[in-house]
Amino acid sequence: MTDSRMALRAEALESLLIEKGLVDADRIEETIAFYNERVGPMNGAQVVARAWQDAAFKGRLLDDGTAAIQEFGFSGGQVDKLVVLENTPDTHNVVVCTLCSCYPWAVLGLPPRWYKDPAYRSRVVREPRAVLQEFGTTIPENTTVQVWDSSAEIRYMVLPAMPLSWTGQSHEVLASKVSRDSMIGVQVLLD
Amino acid sequence: MNDVGELPLSDDCQPPMANGEVLFDEPWQGRVFAMALLLVEQECFAWDEFQAALIEAIDDGEVSDAREGTYAYYEHFQEALKRVLASKNVVESTELNARTAAFADRPHGHDH
Repeated sequence: MTDSRMALRAEALESLLIEKGLVDADRIEETIAFYNERVGPMNGAQVVARAWQDAAFKGRLLDDGTAAIQEFGFSGGQVDKLVVLENTPDTHNVVVCTLCSCYPWAVLGLPPRWYKDPAYRSRVVREPRAVLQEFGTTIPENTTVQVWDSSAEIRYMVLPAMPLSWTGQSHEVLASKVSRDSMIGVQVLLD
Repeated sequence: MNDVGELPLSDDCQPPMANGEVLFDEPWQGRVFAMALLLVEQECFAWDEFQAALIEAIDDGEVSDAREGTYAYYEHFQEALKRVLASKNVVESTELNARTAAFADRPHGHDH
């Protein structure tokens, strides 16, 4: 099938399903938007950018992540307990779920494939620096690497350190620069 | 939308993603993806039934284009949706083919 053939068949299917009262076009639009925009690491990036710019918010976020992200009103994904871990010159945090693939998807969207990979899950605990290196991330020797094991009850998200040169940029610009991987802790944000 | 962020699709048939977001290269791909989610919500079929059909479609490997990646994935995805709906007698193949043909015959210029 050519492009237009696939598109035509999708359109034909949609029209039949609408006639049968099984789906409606608005719900389809909503669902697409949900996956494209609302579920996704942009939620987490908003949280990070705000924490960088607002010390009081950052305090609340580190104190009680679940309560602090309520302020954003993210839809479609309760986080039972969200713990936000701040990266500092002394400590670099990395998140894993050794048991399965628990993930704070309300703030980070769908987990990347490698997050569910047994190799990542077991190795990041044993040799985090080696795993980080494979992501191209080098953590200074004098920085402690702390690995956090998620569970169904507690989901972790990393608050990455902001590169100094980003100081003074707008919330939107900052949020656009926060990568998903930096919030899992396998990446350090660079200028 | 309960738990939709965690697609109950196994690793071998997850949709293409980048930076945690599901990727759609073309609008129809998003629409078939959304239709499948909504039909599960309507209990037309269960995720595991859809997943089985998707794996089967991927195994059959029949994509019209030699293209890979996102496009091929959603071609399989659409095929799986078509098969599941036919097996549940929700949408017959003949019905779908007729509607597709009718849309194809629309006067030129209708394409959007």
